[in-house]
Amino acid sequence: MKKKIQFYWNIIRKPSVHYSLGFLSFGGFLMGIIFWGGFNTAMEFTNTEAFCTGCHEMHDNVYVELQDTVHFNNRSGVRAMCSDCHVPHNWTDKIARKMQASKEVWGTIFGTINTREKFEAKRRELAEHEWARLKANDSLECRNCHNFDYMDFTKQSPRAAQQHSTALASGEKTCIDCHKGIAHQLPDMSGVEGWD
Amino acid sequence: MTIKIPALACLLLAGFSVIAADNIATLRGDAALHEQGKATALTPVENKDLRRKRNSPMEPPTIPHKIDNYQVDLRTNKCLTCHSRKRAADSQAPMVSVTHYMDRYGNFLAAVSPRRYFCQQCHVVQHDSKPLVQNTFKDIDELLQKQGDPR
Ligand code: HEC
Ligand code: HEC
Ligand code: HEC
Ligand code: HEC
Ligand code: HEC
Repeated sequence: MKKKIQFYWNIIRKPSVHYSLGFLSFGGFLMGIIFWGGFNTAMEFTNTEAFCTGCHEMHDNVYVELQDTVHFNNRSGVRAMCSDCHVPHNWTDKIARKMQASKEVWGTIFGTINTREKFEAKRRELAEHEWARLKANDSLECRNCHNFDYMDFTKQSPRAAQQHSTALASGEKTCIDCHKGIAHQLPDMSGVEGWD
Repeated sequence: MTIKIPALACLLLAGFSVIAADNIATLRGDAALHEQGKATALTPVENKDLRRKRNSPMEPPTIPHKIDNYQVDLRTNKCLTCHSRKRAADSQAPMVSVTHYMDRYGNFLAAVSPRRYFCQQCHVVQHDSKPLVQNTFKDIDELLQKQGDPR
Protein backbone atom coordinates (compact mmCIF):
# COMPACT_ATOMS: atom_id res chain seq x y z
CA MET A 1 0.00 0.00 0.00
CA LYS A 2 2.67 2.43 1.06
CA LYS A 3 4.66 1.52 -2.05
CA LYS A 4 1.73 2.24 -4.28
CA ILE A 5 1.22 5.70 -2.76
CA GLN A 6 4.93 6.38 -3.12
CA PHE A 7 4.73 5.36 -6.80
CA TYR A 8 1.91 7.77 -7.66
CA TRP A 9 3.41 10.52 -5.53
CA ASN A 10 6.61 10.25 -7.56
CA ILE A 11 4.71 10.55 -10.81
CA ILE A 12 2.91 13.63 -9.57
CA ARG A 13 6.09 15.14 -8.13
CA LYS A 14 8.30 14.59 -11.14
CA PRO A 15 6.06 13.65 -14.04
CA SER A 16 8.65 14.46 -16.70
CA VAL A 17 10.85 11.61 -15.45
CA HIS A 18 8.08 9.12 -16.16
CA TYR A 19 6.28 10.59 -19.20
CA SER A 20 7.51 12.48 -22.22
CA LEU A 21 7.03 16.25 -22.35
CA GLY A 22 4.88 15.94 -25.45
CA PHE A 23 2.55 13.49 -23.75
CA LEU A 24 2.31 15.72 -20.72
CA SER A 25 1.50 18.88 -22.56
CA PHE A 26 -0.99 17.02 -24.75
CA GLY A 27 -2.64 15.59 -21.64
CA GLY A 28 -2.80 19.00 -20.09
CA PHE A 29 -4.33 20.37 -23.24
CA LEU A 30 -6.92 17.59 -23.29
CA MET A 31 -7.85 18.04 -19.65
CA GLY A 32 -8.08 21.74 -20.27
CA ILE A 33 -10.66 21.22 -22.99
CA ILE A 34 -12.63 18.79 -20.85
CA PHE A 35 -12.72 21.07 -17.82
CA TRP A 36 -13.35 24.22 -19.79
CA GLY A 37 -16.09 22.56 -21.80
CA GLY A 38 -17.65 20.98 -18.74
CA PHE A 39 -17.51 24.24 -16.88
CA ASN A 40 -19.11 26.16 -19.68
CA THR A 41 -21.73 23.47 -20.20
CA ALA A 42 -22.64 23.71 -16.55
CA MET A 43 -22.70 27.47 -16.96
CA GLU A 44 -24.93 27.11 -20.01
CA PHE A 45 -27.33 25.00 -18.01
CA THR A 46 -27.64 27.66 -15.35
CA ASN A 47 -28.68 30.01 -18.16
CA THR A 48 -31.70 27.99 -19.23
CA GLU A 49 -35.10 29.18 -18.25
CA ALA A 50 -35.85 25.84 -16.60
CA PHE A 51 -33.01 26.51 -14.20
CA CYS A 52 -33.92 30.14 -13.56
CA THR A 53 -37.51 29.36 -12.80
CA GLY A 54 -36.81 26.02 -11.14
CA CYS A 55 -37.14 27.46 -7.70
CA HIS A 56 -40.59 28.65 -6.79
CA GLU A 57 -39.30 32.08 -5.72
CA MET A 58 -38.57 32.94 -9.34
CA HIS A 59 -41.40 30.92 -10.81
CA ASP A 60 -44.22 32.33 -8.70
CA ASN A 61 -43.05 35.91 -8.77
CA VAL A 62 -41.04 37.26 -11.68
CA TYR A 63 -41.75 34.48 -14.21
CA VAL A 64 -45.50 34.75 -13.85
CA GLU A 65 -45.23 38.52 -14.18
CA LEU A 66 -43.10 38.26 -17.31
CA GLN A 67 -45.81 36.23 -19.03
CA ASP A 68 -48.12 39.24 -19.38
CA THR A 69 -45.51 41.41 -20.98
CA VAL A 70 -44.43 42.10 -24.54
CA HIS A 71 -41.24 40.11 -24.06
CA PHE A 72 -43.14 36.88 -23.50
CA ASN A 73 -46.33 37.27 -25.42
CA ASN A 74 -46.56 39.31 -28.59
CA ARG A 75 -47.55 39.66 -32.21
CA SER A 76 -44.36 38.26 -33.72
CA GLY A 77 -43.65 35.39 -31.33
CA VAL A 78 -40.07 36.42 -30.62
CA ARG A 79 -39.43 36.35 -26.92
CA ALA A 80 -36.74 37.15 -24.40
CA MET A 81 -35.45 34.56 -21.91
CA CYS A 82 -34.39 35.44 -18.38
CA SER A 83 -30.76 35.12 -19.40
CA ASP A 84 -31.15 37.47 -22.39
CA CYS A 85 -31.73 40.35 -20.02
CA HIS A 86 -29.90 39.18 -16.94
CA VAL A 87 -26.68 37.50 -18.02
CA PRO A 88 -23.92 39.49 -19.67
CA HIS A 89 -22.61 37.83 -22.84
CA ASN A 90 -19.02 38.77 -22.29
CA TRP A 91 -17.25 36.06 -20.27
CA THR A 92 -15.69 37.99 -17.39
CA ASP A 93 -18.87 39.98 -16.85
CA LYS A 94 -20.75 36.71 -16.95
CA ILE A 95 -18.66 35.13 -14.20
CA ALA A 96 -18.93 38.28 -12.13
CA ARG A 97 -22.73 38.21 -12.45
CA LYS A 98 -22.86 34.51 -11.54
CA MET A 99 -20.87 35.11 -8.39
CA GLN A 100 -23.35 37.80 -7.51
CA ALA A 101 -26.25 35.52 -8.39
CA SER A 102 -24.90 32.84 -6.06
CA LYS A 103 -25.97 35.16 -3.29
CA GLU A 104 -29.50 35.01 -4.64
CA VAL A 105 -29.34 31.20 -4.75
CA TRP A 106 -28.18 31.38 -1.14
CA GLY A 107 -31.28 33.43 -0.48
CA THR A 108 -33.41 30.63 -1.85
CA ILE A 109 -31.75 27.88 0.13
CA PHE A 110 -32.00 29.73 3.39
CA GLY A 111 -35.45 31.10 2.74
CA THR A 112 -34.84 34.85 2.81
CA ILE A 113 -37.31 35.31 -0.06
CA ASN A 114 -39.40 32.14 0.17
CA THR A 115 -42.79 33.82 0.36
CA ARG A 116 -44.44 36.44 -1.81
CA GLU A 117 -44.30 38.88 1.09
CA LYS A 118 -40.60 38.33 1.72
CA PHE A 119 -39.91 38.62 -1.99
CA GLU A 120 -41.83 41.88 -2.20
CA ALA A 121 -39.94 43.22 0.78
CA LYS A 122 -36.66 42.47 -0.98
CA ARG A 123 -37.78 43.51 -4.47
CA ARG A 124 -36.63 47.10 -4.30
CA GLU A 125 -33.12 46.00 -3.36
CA LEU A 126 -32.98 43.32 -6.08
CA ALA A 127 -34.36 45.72 -8.68
CA GLU A 128 -31.83 48.35 -7.74
CA HIS A 129 -29.00 45.89 -8.42
CA GLU A 130 -30.36 45.35 -11.91
CA TRP A 131 -30.89 49.06 -12.61
CA ALA A 132 -27.39 49.85 -11.45
CA ARG A 133 -25.93 47.11 -13.62
CA LEU A 134 -27.87 48.13 -16.74
CA LYS A 135 -27.09 51.78 -16.13
CA ALA A 136 -23.38 51.01 -15.82
CA ASN A 137 -23.22 48.97 -19.04
CA ASP A 138 -25.45 51.38 -21.01
CA SER A 139 -28.24 48.78 -21.14
CA LEU A 140 -26.07 46.33 -23.00
CA GLU A 141 -28.53 43.43 -22.71
CA CYS A 142 -31.36 45.46 -24.21
CA ARG A 143 -29.09 46.57 -27.01
CA ASN A 144 -28.16 42.97 -27.83
CA CYS A 145 -31.62 42.75 -29.34
CA HIS A 146 -32.66 46.37 -29.87
CA ASN A 147 -30.06 48.19 -31.90
CA PHE A 148 -30.43 51.95 -31.80
CA ASP A 149 -28.77 52.30 -35.21
CA TYR A 150 -31.60 50.41 -36.86
CA MET A 151 -34.49 52.14 -35.13
CA ASP A 152 -36.72 53.84 -37.67
CA PHE A 153 -38.33 56.74 -35.84
CA THR A 154 -40.94 57.17 -38.56
CA LYS A 155 -42.22 53.70 -37.73
CA GLN A 156 -42.39 54.35 -34.01
CA SER A 157 -45.26 55.96 -32.20
CA PRO A 158 -44.81 59.74 -31.88
CA ARG A 159 -44.28 59.44 -28.12
CA ALA A 160 -41.48 56.91 -28.61
CA ALA A 161 -39.86 58.79 -31.50
CA GLN A 162 -39.90 62.04 -29.52
CA GLN A 163 -37.97 60.51 -26.61
CA HIS A 164 -35.68 58.27 -28.67
CA SER A 165 -34.60 61.04 -31.02
CA THR A 166 -33.69 63.36 -28.16
CA ALA A 167 -32.63 61.99 -24.78
CA LEU A 168 -31.63 58.57 -26.11
CA ALA A 169 -29.90 59.75 -29.28
CA SER A 170 -27.82 62.27 -27.38
CA GLY A 171 -26.69 59.58 -24.95
CA GLU A 172 -28.05 61.54 -22.05
CA LYS A 173 -30.23 58.60 -21.05
CA THR A 174 -30.14 54.86 -21.60
CA CYS A 175 -32.95 52.33 -22.05
CA ILE A 176 -33.30 51.44 -18.37
CA ASP A 177 -33.70 55.10 -17.37
CA CYS A 178 -37.05 55.20 -19.16
CA HIS A 179 -38.10 51.55 -19.36
CA LYS A 180 -38.06 50.35 -15.79
CA GLY A 181 -40.57 47.63 -15.07
CA ILE A 182 -40.56 46.41 -18.67
CA ALA A 183 -40.54 42.76 -17.60
CA HIS A 184 -41.73 42.56 -14.01
CA GLN A 185 -43.86 44.41 -11.53
CA LEU A 186 -42.19 47.34 -9.87
CA PRO A 187 -41.53 47.81 -6.18
CA ASP A 188 -42.44 51.01 -4.32
CA MET A 189 -40.73 53.59 -6.51
CA SER A 190 -40.62 56.54 -4.14
CA GLY A 191 -37.32 58.34 -4.47
CA VAL A 192 -36.32 56.71 -7.76
CA GLU A 193 -35.26 59.29 -10.32
CA GLY A 194 -38.07 60.11 -12.71
CA TRP A 195 -40.76 58.64 -10.48
CA ASP A 196 -42.89 60.49 -8.01
CA MET B 1 -99.77 17.21 -36.05
CA THR B 2 -98.53 18.37 -39.45
CA ILE B 3 -100.37 21.63 -38.97
CA LYS B 4 -99.19 22.18 -35.46
CA ILE B 5 -95.48 22.46 -36.21
CA PRO B 6 -95.66 25.39 -38.67
CA ALA B 7 -98.06 27.10 -36.30
CA LEU B 8 -95.60 26.70 -33.47
CA ALA B 9 -92.80 27.99 -35.64
CA CYS B 10 -94.87 31.06 -36.48
CA LEU B 11 -95.49 31.70 -32.82
CA LEU B 12 -91.80 31.38 -32.06
CA LEU B 13 -90.83 33.70 -34.89
CA ALA B 14 -93.34 36.26 -33.74
CA GLY B 15 -91.89 35.98 -30.27
CA PHE B 16 -88.38 36.60 -31.55
CA SER B 17 -89.35 39.62 -33.60
CA VAL B 18 -91.01 41.14 -30.55
CA ILE B 19 -87.78 40.66 -28.61
CA ALA B 20 -85.74 42.17 -31.44
CA ALA B 21 -88.09 45.11 -31.73
CA ASP B 22 -87.77 45.81 -28.02
CA ASN B 23 -84.02 45.84 -28.40
CA ILE B 24 -83.63 43.45 -25.53
CA ALA B 25 -81.12 41.23 -27.28
CA THR B 26 -79.04 43.83 -29.12
CA LEU B 27 -75.66 42.99 -27.60
CA ARG B 28 -76.24 39.26 -28.10
CA GLY B 29 -76.86 39.73 -31.80
CA ASP B 30 -79.61 37.49 -33.17
CA ALA B 31 -78.47 34.30 -31.51
CA ALA B 32 -81.29 32.26 -29.97
CA LEU B 33 -81.48 32.36 -26.22
CA HIS B 34 -80.16 28.85 -25.78
CA GLU B 35 -77.20 29.45 -28.12
CA GLN B 36 -73.91 31.17 -27.59
CA GLY B 37 -73.83 34.38 -29.62
CA LYS B 38 -70.86 35.10 -31.87
CA ALA B 39 -68.29 37.22 -30.07
CA THR B 40 -67.36 40.46 -31.80
CA ALA B 41 -63.73 40.62 -32.88
CA LEU B 42 -61.34 42.43 -30.57
CA THR B 43 -59.93 45.62 -32.00
CA PRO B 44 -56.39 46.71 -31.24
CA VAL B 45 -55.75 49.71 -29.03
CA GLU B 46 -54.93 52.83 -31.03
CA ASN B 47 -51.48 54.25 -30.41
CA LYS B 48 -51.51 57.20 -32.79
CA ASP B 49 -51.25 60.02 -30.27
CA LEU B 50 -54.25 61.74 -31.84
CA ARG B 51 -56.69 63.31 -29.43
CA ARG B 52 -60.40 62.84 -29.89
CA LYS B 53 -63.10 65.44 -29.50
CA ARG B 54 -64.61 65.67 -26.03
CA ASN B 55 -68.39 65.78 -25.89
CA SER B 56 -68.36 68.22 -23.02
CA PRO B 57 -65.64 70.30 -21.42
CA MET B 58 -65.85 68.19 -18.27
CA GLU B 59 -65.47 64.84 -20.01
CA PRO B 60 -62.31 62.93 -19.15
CA PRO B 61 -60.38 62.77 -22.43
CA THR B 62 -59.71 59.33 -23.90
CA ILE B 63 -56.09 58.19 -23.80
CA PRO B 64 -54.50 58.65 -27.26
CA HIS B 65 -51.76 56.09 -26.61
CA LYS B 66 -51.51 52.49 -25.48
CA ILE B 67 -51.08 51.74 -21.81
CA ASP B 68 -50.11 48.04 -21.88
CA ASN B 69 -48.47 47.04 -18.63
CA TYR B 70 -48.49 50.54 -17.22
CA GLN B 71 -48.49 49.81 -13.53
CA VAL B 72 -50.91 51.81 -11.41
CA ASP B 73 -51.24 50.44 -7.92
CA LEU B 74 -50.36 51.19 -4.31
CA ARG B 75 -46.65 50.92 -5.03
CA THR B 76 -46.32 53.16 -8.02
CA ASN B 77 -48.12 55.08 -10.76
CA LYS B 78 -46.59 54.87 -14.23
CA CYS B 79 -48.95 57.50 -15.69
CA LEU B 80 -47.62 60.13 -13.34
CA THR B 81 -44.05 59.55 -14.54
CA CYS B 82 -45.14 61.53 -17.61
CA HIS B 83 -48.25 63.45 -16.58
CA SER B 84 -47.31 64.82 -13.16
CA ARG B 85 -46.38 68.45 -12.73
CA LYS B 86 -42.72 67.63 -12.23
CA ARG B 87 -42.38 65.26 -15.17
CA ALA B 88 -44.29 67.18 -17.86
CA ALA B 89 -41.26 69.11 -19.07
CA ASP B 90 -39.20 65.96 -19.72
CA SER B 91 -42.02 63.88 -21.15
CA GLN B 92 -43.79 66.67 -23.07
CA ALA B 93 -47.08 65.12 -21.96
CA PRO B 94 -49.98 67.36 -20.91
CA MET B 95 -49.91 67.87 -17.16
CA VAL B 96 -52.97 66.52 -15.36
CA SER B 97 -55.34 69.46 -14.99
CA VAL B 98 -55.79 71.32 -11.75
CA THR B 99 -58.96 69.38 -10.90
CA HIS B 100 -56.71 66.37 -10.24
CA TYR B 101 -55.17 68.23 -7.34
CA MET B 102 -58.47 69.06 -5.68
CA ASP B 103 -60.10 67.19 -2.86
CA ARG B 104 -63.84 66.83 -2.65
CA TYR B 105 -64.23 70.17 -0.86
CA GLY B 106 -62.44 71.98 -3.64
CA ASN B 107 -59.21 72.50 -1.71
CA PHE B 108 -56.04 72.35 -3.74
CA LEU B 109 -53.53 69.75 -2.59
CA ALA B 110 -49.78 69.63 -3.20
CA ALA B 111 -49.91 66.24 -4.91
CA VAL B 112 -52.46 64.46 -7.09
CA SER B 113 -55.55 63.86 -5.00
CA PRO B 114 -56.15 60.27 -3.84
CA ARG B 115 -59.52 60.28 -5.61
CA ARG B 116 -57.76 60.94 -8.91
CA TYR B 117 -54.93 58.46 -8.34
CA PHE B 118 -56.39 55.52 -10.26
CA CYS B 119 -56.43 57.11 -13.69
CA GLN B 120 -58.22 54.33 -15.51
CA GLN B 121 -61.28 54.80 -13.37
CA CYS B 122 -62.08 57.71 -15.69
CA HIS B 123 -59.72 57.58 -18.67
CA VAL B 124 -59.91 54.80 -21.24
CA VAL B 125 -57.86 53.90 -24.28
CA GLN B 126 -59.13 54.41 -27.82
CA HIS B 127 -60.36 51.68 -30.14
CA ASP B 128 -61.44 51.88 -33.73
CA SER B 129 -64.68 49.97 -33.33
CA LYS B 130 -68.34 50.49 -34.10
CA PRO B 131 -70.56 51.43 -31.16
CA LEU B 132 -72.47 48.39 -29.92
CA VAL B 133 -75.59 50.41 -29.22
CA GLN B 134 -76.93 53.48 -30.96
CA ASN B 135 -75.97 56.70 -29.21
CA THR B 136 -78.29 59.68 -29.36
CA PHE B 137 -76.16 62.04 -27.31
CA LYS B 138 -76.29 65.68 -28.39
CA ASP B 139 -73.68 68.09 -27.16
CA ILE B 140 -74.47 71.45 -25.61
CA ASP B 141 -73.90 73.49 -28.79
CA GLU B 142 -76.42 71.38 -30.68
CA LEU B 143 -79.03 71.79 -27.95
CA LEU B 144 -78.55 75.54 -27.78
CA GLN B 145 -78.85 75.79 -31.54
CA LYS B 146 -82.17 73.94 -31.46
CA GLN B 147 -83.53 76.39 -28.94
CA GLY B 148 -82.55 79.32 -31.13
CA ASP B 149 -79.52 80.46 -29.23
CA PRO B 150 -79.18 84.26 -29.68
CA ARG B 151 -75.37 83.92 -30.07
C1 HEC C 1 -34.13 38.57 -26.70
C2 HEC C 1 -34.19 39.87 -27.30
C3 HEC C 1 -34.67 41.05 -26.44
C4 HEC C 1 -34.05 41.61 -25.34
C5 HEC C 1 -32.80 41.12 -24.62
C6 HEC C 1 -34.84 42.78 -25.00
N1 HEC C 1 -35.90 42.91 -25.86
FE1 HEC C 1 -37.29 44.38 -25.84
N2 HEC C 1 -38.32 43.46 -27.33
C7 HEC C 1 -37.88 42.35 -28.04
C8 HEC C 1 -38.83 42.06 -29.08
C9 HEC C 1 -38.69 40.93 -30.09
C10 HEC C 1 -39.85 43.04 -28.99
C11 HEC C 1 -41.08 43.22 -29.88
C12 HEC C 1 -42.14 42.22 -29.69
C13 HEC C 1 -43.30 42.48 -30.61
O1 HEC C 1 -43.91 43.55 -30.48
O2 HEC C 1 -43.58 41.64 -31.42
C14 HEC C 1 -39.51 43.90 -27.88
C15 HEC C 1 -40.25 44.99 -27.48
C16 HEC C 1 -39.82 45.95 -26.59
C17 HEC C 1 -40.53 47.18 -26.28
C18 HEC C 1 -41.85 47.62 -26.88
C19 HEC C 1 -42.95 47.45 -25.92
C20 HEC C 1 -44.30 47.61 -26.55
O3 HEC C 1 -45.26 47.69 -25.77
O4 HEC C 1 -44.41 47.65 -27.78
C21 HEC C 1 -39.76 47.86 -25.37
C22 HEC C 1 -40.08 49.21 -24.75
C23 HEC C 1 -38.60 47.05 -25.10
N3 HEC C 1 -38.66 45.91 -25.84
C24 HEC C 1 -37.58 47.41 -24.23
C25 HEC C 1 -36.55 46.56 -23.84
C26 HEC C 1 -35.60 46.86 -22.78
C27 HEC C 1 -35.61 48.13 -21.96
C28 HEC C 1 -34.75 45.80 -22.68
C29 HEC C 1 -33.58 45.60 -21.71
C30 HEC C 1 -33.93 45.52 -20.28
C31 HEC C 1 -35.15 44.83 -23.71
N4 HEC C 1 -36.24 45.34 -24.38
C32 HEC C 1 -34.51 43.62 -23.95
C33 HEC C 1 -36.71 41.64 -27.79
C34 HEC C 1 -35.83 41.87 -26.76
C1 HEC D 1 -35.74 59.26 -22.76
C2 HEC D 1 -36.56 58.11 -22.49
C3 HEC D 1 -36.34 56.84 -23.32
C4 HEC D 1 -35.15 56.19 -23.53
C5 HEC D 1 -33.75 56.56 -23.03
C6 HEC D 1 -35.48 55.00 -24.28
N1 HEC D 1 -36.84 54.97 -24.54
FE1 HEC D 1 -37.83 53.54 -25.58
N2 HEC D 1 -39.58 54.56 -25.37
C7 HEC D 1 -39.74 55.73 -24.64
C8 HEC D 1 -41.13 56.14 -24.68
C9 HEC D 1 -41.73 57.37 -23.98
C10 HEC D 1 -41.82 55.18 -25.46
C11 HEC D 1 -43.30 55.14 -25.81
C12 HEC D 1 -44.11 54.76 -24.62
C13 HEC D 1 -44.04 53.35 -24.21
O1 HEC D 1 -43.89 52.45 -25.05
O2 HEC D 1 -44.19 53.11 -23.00
C14 HEC D 1 -40.81 54.20 -25.89
C15 HEC D 1 -41.07 53.11 -26.69
C16 HEC D 1 -40.15 52.14 -27.03
C17 HEC D 1 -40.41 51.02 -27.88
C18 HEC D 1 -41.73 50.74 -28.59
C19 HEC D 1 -41.75 51.52 -29.89
C20 HEC D 1 -43.08 52.06 -30.28
O3 HEC D 1 -43.24 52.42 -31.45
O4 HEC D 1 -43.97 52.17 -29.42
C21 HEC D 1 -39.26 50.27 -27.95
C22 HEC D 1 -39.03 49.00 -28.74
C23 HEC D 1 -38.27 50.95 -27.14
N3 HEC D 1 -38.86 52.08 -26.60
C24 HEC D 1 -36.99 50.50 -26.93
C25 HEC D 1 -35.99 51.25 -26.33
C26 HEC D 1 -34.60 50.82 -26.25
C27 HEC D 1 -34.07 49.51 -26.76
C28 HEC D 1 -33.90 51.82 -25.65
C29 HEC D 1 -32.39 51.88 -25.39
C30 HEC D 1 -31.54 51.70 -26.58
C31 HEC D 1 -34.87 52.88 -25.32
N4 HEC D 1 -36.13 52.48 -25.76
C32 HEC D 1 -34.56 54.06 -24.65
C33 HEC D 1 -38.74 56.42 -23.98
C34 HEC D 1 -37.40 56.08 -23.96
C1 HEC E 1 -36.82 42.11 -21.19
C2 HEC E 1 -35.80 41.91 -20.20
C3 HEC E 1 -36.03 40.99 -19.01
C4 HEC E 1 -36.40 39.65 -19.03
C5 HEC E 1 -36.73 38.78 -20.22
C6 HEC E 1 -36.37 39.20 -17.66
N1 HEC E 1 -36.03 40.25 -16.83
FE1 HEC E 1 -35.82 40.17 -14.79
N2 HEC E 1 -35.49 42.20 -14.75
C7 HEC E 1 -35.37 43.02 -15.85
C8 HEC E 1 -35.18 44.38 -15.41
C9 HEC E 1 -35.02 45.59 -16.32
C10 HEC E 1 -35.16 44.35 -13.99
C11 HEC E 1 -34.98 45.53 -13.03
C12 HEC E 1 -36.27 45.84 -12.31
C13 HEC E 1 -37.34 46.37 -13.22
O1 HEC E 1 -37.12 47.39 -13.91
O2 HEC E 1 -38.44 45.78 -13.25
C14 HEC E 1 -35.35 42.95 -13.61
C15 HEC E 1 -35.40 42.50 -12.29
C16 HEC E 1 -35.44 41.17 -11.92
C17 HEC E 1 -35.38 40.68 -10.55
C18 HEC E 1 -35.29 41.55 -9.32
C19 HEC E 1 -36.63 41.73 -8.68
C20 HEC E 1 -37.55 42.66 -9.43
O3 HEC E 1 -38.71 42.28 -9.69
O4 HEC E 1 -37.15 43.77 -9.77
C21 HEC E 1 -35.43 39.32 -10.61
C22 HEC E 1 -35.39 38.35 -9.43
C23 HEC E 1 -35.55 38.94 -12.02
N3 HEC E 1 -35.56 40.09 -12.78
C24 HEC E 1 -35.65 37.64 -12.48
C25 HEC E 1 -35.99 37.30 -13.79
C26 HEC E 1 -36.34 35.95 -14.23
C27 HEC E 1 -36.33 34.70 -13.34
C28 HEC E 1 -36.64 36.03 -15.55
C29 HEC E 1 -37.14 34.91 -16.49
C30 HEC E 1 -38.39 34.30 -16.09
C31 HEC E 1 -36.47 37.41 -15.96
N4 HEC E 1 -36.09 38.15 -14.86
C32 HEC E 1 -36.66 37.90 -17.25
C33 HEC E 1 -35.44 42.63 -17.18
C34 HEC E 1 -35.81 41.36 -17.62
C1 HEC F 1 -44.20 57.84 -21.58
C2 HEC F 1 -44.99 58.97 -21.14
C3 HEC F 1 -46.48 58.73 -20.87
C4 HEC F 1 -47.03 57.82 -20.01
C5 HEC F 1 -46.32 56.77 -19.15
C6 HEC F 1 -48.45 58.04 -20.06
N1 HEC F 1 -48.75 59.05 -20.93
FE1 HEC F 1 -50.57 59.82 -21.34
N2 HEC F 1 -49.78 61.06 -22.73
C7 HEC F 1 -48.43 61.19 -22.99
C8 HEC F 1 -48.26 62.18 -24.04
C9 HEC F 1 -46.92 62.62 -24.63
C10 HEC F 1 -49.55 62.64 -24.39
C11 HEC F 1 -49.92 63.71 -25.44
C12 HEC F 1 -50.56 63.11 -26.63
C13 HEC F 1 -49.72 62.03 -27.21
O1 HEC F 1 -48.62 62.31 -27.69
O2 HEC F 1 -50.16 60.86 -27.11
C14 HEC F 1 -50.48 61.92 -23.55
C15 HEC F 1 -51.85 62.08 -23.57
C16 HEC F 1 -52.72 61.56 -22.63
C17 HEC F 1 -54.14 61.90 -22.51
C18 HEC F 1 -54.93 62.86 -23.39
C19 HEC F 1 -54.89 64.26 -22.85
C20 HEC F 1 -55.74 65.21 -23.65
O3 HEC F 1 -55.62 66.41 -23.39
O4 HEC F 1 -56.48 64.76 -24.52
C21 HEC F 1 -54.64 61.18 -21.46
C22 HEC F 1 -56.07 61.20 -20.94
C23 HEC F 1 -53.55 60.38 -20.95
N3 HEC F 1 -52.41 60.63 -21.67
C24 HEC F 1 -53.67 59.49 -19.89
C25 HEC F 1 -52.67 58.64 -19.48
C26 HEC F 1 -52.87 57.58 -18.51
C27 HEC F 1 -54.19 57.28 -17.82
C28 HEC F 1 -51.68 56.95 -18.36
C29 HEC F 1 -51.34 55.75 -17.49
C30 HEC F 1 -52.17 54.56 -17.69
C31 HEC F 1 -50.72 57.63 -19.23
N4 HEC F 1 -51.37 58.63 -19.89
C32 HEC F 1 -49.37 57.31 -19.31
C33 HEC F 1 -47.40 60.53 -22.38
C34 HEC F 1 -47.55 59.51 -21.45
C1 HEC G 1 -62.43 60.85 -11.14
C2 HEC G 1 -62.11 60.81 -12.56
C3 HEC G 1 -60.67 61.06 -13.00
C4 HEC G 1 -59.54 60.41 -12.57
C5 HEC G 1 -59.42 59.29 -11.53
C6 HEC G 1 -58.45 60.95 -13.35
N1 HEC G 1 -58.91 61.91 -14.21
FE1 HEC G 1 -57.85 62.91 -15.61
N2 HEC G 1 -59.47 64.00 -16.11
C7 HEC G 1 -60.73 63.80 -15.60
C8 HEC G 1 -61.63 64.80 -16.17
C9 HEC G 1 -63.11 64.92 -15.83
C10 HEC G 1 -60.86 65.59 -17.05
C11 HEC G 1 -61.32 66.75 -17.92
C12 HEC G 1 -61.70 67.96 -17.09
C13 HEC G 1 -60.61 68.39 -16.22
O1 HEC G 1 -59.57 68.81 -16.71
O2 HEC G 1 -60.79 68.23 -15.02
C14 HEC G 1 -59.50 65.05 -17.00
C15 HEC G 1 -58.43 65.56 -17.72
C16 HEC G 1 -57.20 64.94 -17.80
C17 HEC G 1 -56.12 65.34 -18.67
C18 HEC G 1 -56.15 66.49 -19.66
C19 HEC G 1 -55.70 67.72 -18.93
C20 HEC G 1 -55.82 68.95 -19.76
O3 HEC G 1 -55.34 69.97 -19.28
O4 HEC G 1 -56.40 68.89 -20.85
C21 HEC G 1 -55.07 64.51 -18.45
C22 HEC G 1 -53.72 64.52 -19.14
C23 HEC G 1 -55.48 63.59 -17.41
N3 HEC G 1 -56.77 63.87 -17.04
C24 HEC G 1 -54.68 62.59 -16.91
C25 HEC G 1 -55.00 61.84 -15.78
C26 HEC G 1 -54.07 60.96 -15.11
C27 HEC G 1 -52.63 60.71 -15.52
C28 HEC G 1 -54.74 60.42 -14.06
C29 HEC G 1 -54.20 59.47 -12.99
C30 HEC G 1 -53.15 60.01 -12.15
C31 HEC G 1 -56.11 60.92 -14.10
N4 HEC G 1 -56.22 61.79 -15.15
C32 HEC G 1 -57.13 60.56 -13.21
C33 HEC G 1 -61.12 62.84 -14.70
C34 HEC G 1 -60.26 62.00 -14.02
